Amino acid sequence: MLAHPDLAKLIFGRLTLEELPLHVPIVLGTFAVVALGAIVVLGAITYFKLWGYLWHEWFTSIDHKKIGIMYMILGFVMLLRGFADAIMMRAQQAISFGDNMGYLPPEHYDQIFTAHGVIMIFFVAMPMVTGLMNFVMPLQIGARDVAFPFLNNFSFWMTVAGAMLVMASLFIGEFARTGWLAYPPLSDIVSSPDAGVDYYIWALQIAGVGTLLSGINLLVTIVKMRAPGMTLMKMPVFTWTALCTNVLIVAAFPVLTAVLALLAMDRYVGTNFFTTELGGNAMMYVNLIWIWGHPEVYILVLPAFGIFSEVTATFSRKPLFGYTSMVYATVVITVLSYLVWLHHFFTMGSGASVNSFFGITTMIISIPTGAKIFNWLFTMYRGRVEFEVPMLWTVAFMVTFVIGGMTGVLLAVPPADFSLHNSLFLIAHFHNVIIGGVLFGLFAGITYWFPKAFGFRLDPFWGKCAFWFWVVGFYFAFMPLYMLGLMGVTRRLSHFEDPTLQIWFLLAAFGAFLILLGIGCMITQFVVSFRRREALRDVTGDPWNGRTLEWSTSSPPPPYNFAFTPRVHDHDAWWMMKKHHYQRPLSGFLPIHMPLNTGAGIMLAGLSFVFGFAMIWYMWLIAAVSFALLLLVAIAHTFNYHRDYYLSADEVNRVEASRTELLARHV
Amino acid sequence: MSAHDGGQPAHDDHGHDDLGIHATLKGYLTGFVLACVLTIIPFWIVMSGGFAKSSTTAVFVLGLAAVQIVVHMIYFLHMNAKSEGGWNMLALVFTIVLVVITLSGSIWIMYHLNSNMMPTMMDPSNLP
Amino acid sequence: MSDIATTMPADGGPAQPLVFHEAQDHHPENGTLLGFWIYLMSDCLVFACLFAAYGVLGREYAGGPTGKEVLELPTVALNTTLLLLSSITYGFAVLEMQRDRRNPMLVWLIITGLLGAGFLTIELREFAHLISIGAGPQRSAFLSSFFTLVGTHGLHVTCGILWLIVLMIQVLKKGLIPANKRRLMCLSMFWHFLDVVWVGVFSFVYLMGVLP
Repeated sequence: MLAHPDLAKLIFGRLTLEELPLHVPIVLGTFAVVALGAIVVLGAITYFKLWGYLWHEWFTSIDHKKIGIMYMILGFVMLLRGFADAIMMRAQQAISFGDNMGYLPPEHYDQIFTAHGVIMIFFVAMPMVTGLMNFVMPLQIGARDVAFPFLNNFSFWMTVAGAMLVMASLFIGEFARTGWLAYPPLSDIVSSPDAGVDYYIWALQIAGVGTLLSGINLLVTIVKMRAPGMTLMKMPVFTWTALCTNVLIVAAFPVLTAVLALLAMDRYVGTNFFTTELGGNAMMYVNLIWIWGHPEVYILVLPAFGIFSEVTATFSRKPLFGYTSMVYATVVITVLSYLVWLHHFFTMGSGASVNSFFGITTMIISIPTGAKIFNWLFTMYRGRVEFEVPMLWTVAFMVTFVIGGMTGVLLAVPPADFSLHNSLFLIAHFHNVIIGGVLFGLFAGITYWFPKAFGFRLDPFWGKCAFWFWVVGFYFAFMPLYMLGLMGVTRRLSHFEDPTLQIWFLLAAFGAFLILLGIGCMITQFVVSFRRREALRDVTGDPWNGRTLEWSTSSPPPPYNFAFTPRVHDHDAWWMMKKHHYQRPLSGFLPIHMPLNTGAGIMLAGLSFVFGFAMIWYMWLIAAVSFALLLLVAIAHTFNYHRDYYLSADEVNRVEASRTELLARHV
Repeated sequence: MSAHDGGQPAHDDHGHDDLGIHATLKGYLTGFVLACVLTIIPFWIVMSGGFAKSSTTAVFVLGLAAVQIVVHMIYFLHMNAKSEGGWNMLALVFTIVLVVITLSGSIWIMYHLNSNMMPTMMDPSNLP
Repeated sequence: MSDIATTMPADGGPAQPLVFHEAQDHHPENGTLLGFWIYLMSDCLVFACLFAAYGVLGREYAGGPTGKEVLELPTVALNTTLLLLSSITYGFAVLEMQRDRRNPMLVWLIITGLLGAGFLTIELREFAHLISIGAGPQRSAFLSSFFTLVGTHGLHVTCGILWLIVLMIQVLKKGLIPANKRRLMCLSMFWHFLDVVWVGVFSFVYLMGVLP
């Protein structure tokens, strides 16, 4: 390839002007809107001279709290993109009956459902889960930062680089049309010769590096950096679920990396792992990717379980019911999640023994999950339950998730699965658990910890509006899909012939519209809360009368989190401190050892983006150069031994004194 | 890659204790001799033709490999139940369980798929 | 200073002072070695997938060459010897590091690197030979999984050698400071881990691959 005489080909690979969607009005319109938005945002940043602030305070920051917030922002922005895809699909399916072909051609529709799945799982749910763990977990264990602060920054930017690649596919070339797991032989080079699947592979590989490293980082943080006295069985439940989730990340994402690398080998080198000839076996891809895929479900939902546990205990004003059983249930789910993967492909031809084994393990995993539900219910029982917004999300979760869980157990029965697989029943089921479990959990968590992050609460009125639109919208959007699935309607269709089905799709579209209003209310909530921040100010650092250590420091916490490392005697450490009338120390501060900011993470991730983009378009020259630079910058970074500094005792004193003064003013 | 990598702060210098292990010449040499023996035996068996049944040879080779991996873990990687408060061992055991699940599960499932989906099974008379 | 609160036990016993924060500077243990070990475990699972692919596809010759025809055990025996030797020489380097003897340590590291480079050379020659006789990775699923598994191990060895060179420069520049010692121990784990993977490779791929 390098010997090709044509210079343009050498530099641009297979990227030509035809790849730009100049002839597709929808995409062009989207591009215009995005470009306009980008110009406005960038212009505003320049106008208000915020570049330096952003670079020094955020982009190069290795403060786990700021990285956590940046993860959340990334997740929220990508949620808007993913939801735009969703509402486009709902609109298409609502109108595309009989002679009406809808407004999306099939090849465009296929990209949309693929992008929707990929974005929602990898660039909405994953960043938000990682972001919450990043922000909350070190505060909960009384640590000053994570174990490897630089790695944390690097992981975040790698996730951003992956997200940017997916976004780039919108305007340069196209995205995969293969469904969110890109099964071969559809995703091999013969059936998908264009750049779509390559976008998919490289976006996930680059983001996967970030996910894996952040998993290792948070795992080591929990193991090594807990406050003195915090034994494993005294950790807050959210920290426990974070521990298990990161174990799952470290143990599952390598499998995704390996299987996508094999698919890339098939596409780039011409090997025969998953091809239909020369001994290749596409089923092996399905088998391997679900070894990652099933634990991934628990990676997402376990932290949500942790959030619900914290929220339920706080707003019921009771210690969590059955702490020990909660911990064991989490651990059992962690291990069992590796023994169920075949239930995603019951119908692919395994015999009765294999299918029964995996069917039974799948049913077993619902037992610890059920135990958790009862623990939350018993926590609420006879508690003084306060229905603040996070608690509302929790209650909605319990109802919704039980429905989703039970349809899951139904699907775990192989004979039932044979008639329901690949139908809209399945779609309804996993949206039921992922929206009802993960997303509701994240929203509860965001509302719950927002005052800790920004120093003021979110406006409850708009929060309740968002809540009701989301929950009602969810039921409208997905209950019809259960019905359709039972009638045998398969997934991923852009057109239907039977007009009697249309009413169900119209209902679903109405539900999606309600969810749109819910998202609108959320955005309004952020704006209103920011404008009313003085009225919503959290002075004490403990707005909900919380139980765990993160509420013992100020809101937002100082860069060093805790002036003195807390000592823990029980779970619900802060609750115990309050019961003993703990007074925060006002003097005797010491210099604090802090990590230094660095721009290496954003540089490495930027180079990875260039490398990935060049590989997608066969720009071998740029790929080689960017890879060499990547290596060089990484090595150069290891020569930097000056990575920390001491925050002086005077500075700590000043920060703590200003808090003392603030507290005194608001008594 | 940690904040403490700097090496400047004096409190960070715990010498060998910080590295968690204390390697010895005896340990390395024992490991080396054992590893050599455990490498030579399977090579010798296979290169001299192996046992009558190749499955016997395969089991033998795999068994020796498992033993050799344990030898490497103990003498070269200094694994024991105490390093890093037992977390190293826990991580290793968990990983081994997952490796076994991945390998045996994949082979079991794929063998099943192959034997169920062979052309002979696609005979219409076998279909319900 | 009221960092000490007291609690009265219900049975009226003596008051128990409970301390709720550390008055002294608190430093958590360094997590680099544990973190690196966990990384190795995740790498182990990458290899597990490649082994699984070989286990499933390793007999799919597609009419092409079989394992018995293309795998040369004497070459592999030589390669295994080189890798085992490099393991023990890295061990000697660690022993010198513990005694804070920089130059002998560097000598052992150089020998380790050369043994690793020898291993790579032989492996690349083996690959080149296979490709030249038409047994390249595209020929069959067996060869695809063979090249990918063995090649991934080789790629790791390459990274190890590169890291070794960088680390030697860093030791020359900064000496055997704790940060460098920690890095040397990480590389030690990495190097020995590659040995463990190689045990799997020569047993599962080569020795079992030539069996009928």
